Amino acid sequence: MTTPAVETLDLAAKFAGVTADTRPGYAGWIVPAEALTQFASFVRDELGYDLLSSLTAVDYLEQNQFEVVYHAYKTAGGPGLVFKVQIPRQDPAKVASVTPIWPGAEYQEREAYDLYGIIFENHPDLRRILMWEGFEGYPMRKDWKEAFYEEEAKPLKSRWPEGRHTLAETRVPFGDNVSFKPGFDPEKWTPTDPEELLYATLRKYTSETKDGITTDHVLVNMGPQHPSTHGVFRAVAMLDGEIVVSLKPVMGYLHRNHEKIGERNTFLQNMPYTDRLDYFNSMYNNWGYSLAVEKLLGVAVPERAEYLRVIMGELSRIQNHLILFGMLWNDLGAYFTPALYAFEERELILDIFEAVSGTRMMCNYHRFGGVSRDVDAASLEKIKGLVFERLPRRVEEMNRLLSENEIFVSRMKGIGYLSPEDSIAYSVTGPNLRAAGIPYDIRRADPYGIYDRFEFDIPVRHNSDLLDRYLIRMDEIQQSLRILRQALQQLPEGPVLTGKPQYQVKVPAGEAYGRVEAPKGELGYYVVSNGKGNPYRYHIRTPSFINITSLEKMCVGGKIADFVTILGMVDIVLGELDR
Amino acid sequence: MYGQGLLKGLSVTLKRYINTYVDDFKWWGKRYFNAEGIAHRSSKDANGIFTVQYPEEKLPTPEEFRYVPFLVYDEGANGEKNIRCTSCGICAKACPPQCIWIVRSSDPVTGRPVPQPAEFYIDADICMNCGFCAEYCPFDAIKMDHDYELASYGRNVFDKERLMKPASYYAQIRPLNNAREETARAEKAAAKAAKAAVTN
Ligand code: SF4
Ligand code: SF4
Repeated sequence: MTTPAVETLDLAAKFAGVTADTRPGYAGWIVPAEALTQFASFVRDELGYDLLSSLTAVDYLEQNQFEVVYHAYKTAGGPGLVFKVQIPRQDPAKVASVTPIWPGAEYQEREAYDLYGIIFENHPDLRRILMWEGFEGYPMRKDWKEAFYEEEAKPLKSRWPEGRHTLAETRVPFGDNVSFKPGFDPEKWTPTDPEELLYATLRKYTSETKDGITTDHVLVNMGPQHPSTHGVFRAVAMLDGEIVVSLKPVMGYLHRNHEKIGERNTFLQNMPYTDRLDYFNSMYNNWGYSLAVEKLLGVAVPERAEYLRVIMGELSRIQNHLILFGMLWNDLGAYFTPALYAFEERELILDIFEAVSGTRMMCNYHRFGGVSRDVDAASLEKIKGLVFERLPRRVEEMNRLLSENEIFVSRMKGIGYLSPEDSIAYSVTGPNLRAAGIPYDIRRADPYGIYDRFEFDIPVRHNSDLLDRYLIRMDEIQQSLRILRQALQQLPEGPVLTGKPQYQVKVPAGEAYGRVEAPKGELGYYVVSNGKGNPYRYHIRTPSFINITSLEKMCVGGKIADFVTILGMVDIVLGELDR
Repeated sequence: MYGQGLLKGLSVTLKRYINTYVDDFKWWGKRYFNAEGIAHRSSKDANGIFTVQYPEEKLPTPEEFRYVPFLVYDEGANGEKNIRCTSCGICAKACPPQCIWIVRSSDPVTGRPVPQPAEFYIDADICMNCGFCAEYCPFDAIKMDHDYELASYGRNVFDKERLMKPASYYAQIRPLNNAREETARAEKAAAKAAKAAVTN
């Protein structure tokens, strides 16, 4: 397995104040807080790390410091650069915002502010993003306790050997950890408009008088309950007639603090939870997480398991893209005919997942150092039948059904443009980045698993409009089929797991970032272990969440009716967006 | 010509429409409500109507299919139920949402722990069907079920009585797994016997 090494570059010599991170198991550079802006510009402009993949924070309670962790990559490919800023753990904790340098940091910084209370100075719009305005406390801090809190980490002592069942709903949800803002009295509280802060950011206009008529902009809320938003997602748009002037997504309706749950779980217990992120692609979610933990563990994956991971992952990509087409047509008004055609193929793929992993969608298939079980002969036959016979035919049919339809083309061509420079700046990844002419695919740029063995192309399109984002997914399905054909022909015999199955793994202290090219874009897991049974930090860089950063940019200047299609093409899934 | 793409697309739907009838004729009388027809409709050669008419028709569950677990007991000669679980607690520790609750039994006279659960609960509404309990139980005592029709109006907290199912049922829903485990257990027992014979 090729583990991407961190660039061997002596930044300490090049940049005053920067030191190498020498904690055992850690890598990268520690940047003094005052020098962050300068350093970030240097990294982007001089060293060429144009893509900020992930920005997150860690609360080191014992050391009494917060750490903000940045992972930057080059779209030209190659290993990444990790750097960190350490600040004292006290309020207000302040760090300079890197949003002016990498606009893709905007929502990630809002998230770190929301969950850790770190203030990013010079951020254009620092508000809570997943929690609601008015929420008290910062839930990812290590000393914050959630409702029904029992213990710091699982397994819980109350379950065995004296596990007398109690119904959760009969317990007081908050125990004794309810806290309110100073001066807040729930008895006397009357709600003010909690959305004022949000709306204020959109009111960037002054009403004007044209021909004696005063014109005004209109504020429109789409969602959270709206059929086109693919779940509970809301966008607030400021309109000038039909034209979008500004737009803000509002999210978090499905937020369950997946990461906090993950830090209470043992390492293995997180595996089935990752299924619930992008629930279309649990096979891929598993992969990113196992990759990160396997880096910490230093275990190798047996050949056959590597192949099975590729086979399941690529099947997953095909059904993901097919569903996107179907749902896109729903959004455009061709109600359900294409969607159900897409579902037929997806059902057949899910049948395979069910036979192999036990469940259609919540596959929980990967284990550290392999996969949970081998594929049986019948399923293998079925996969071959699909890959060699059925899917090529059916994808071609889908192509005939949709790609040249004049109405479809006119609704897509030239709509939702995002320049290649902006795409990189906004940390857009996945098919949408490649539709802007950037041939960046982690399977090639920074190969994981055994992708370096297969012959396949990275399809690129150049117009960066909706039509190209659609067509590139058609191309990708073809490439996935190509990979699948090779993988099925080469599939070796052998074990599918290294070592004995274990429910408690001993993970050495350190940090690891595992990233994969998930169907929706770059999916990264940042895992920190302190040698205990549960991860000290478990962060997920999800493509849905970060790709949505460029939504406003794509919508402004266009018609509100196109918002629906643009959003559909970002390919979000709320399980992953809200976490 | 404008509209060509539209016509091309519509020809696909038309073909699909005709295909439903063609397939129905080809499979006259055998396409619905029987196992063969259902298998055809979920095979790579499926054409025409895809829908399975649940609940009149049901998709067969593959062997590995997993749903809320059950406890396996072996049937004794006189019909007694010998539960395999030793209340070791591994499943309760491995369970991600922590929905397994076990009370260990102890001997009423000596007070020493007895390898059997006094109480065993699974909060089925919280169970995420991950299969870890079955995967890591060292005694083949807890297994994932195939029975997915559990909809109810109330909470589903399953106690030991509700969870227990005979080993024959397990062998029926998971024949391959069961055969594999039986061989492994037989080998283990043989090895133990051989070792005992040597030491005697
Ligand atoms: S079911 Fe298995 S793992 Fe769970 S307590 Fe019983 S013997 Fe142990
Ligand atoms: S299947 Fe998973 S969630 Fe359900 S009881 Fe077993 S370990 Fe717990």
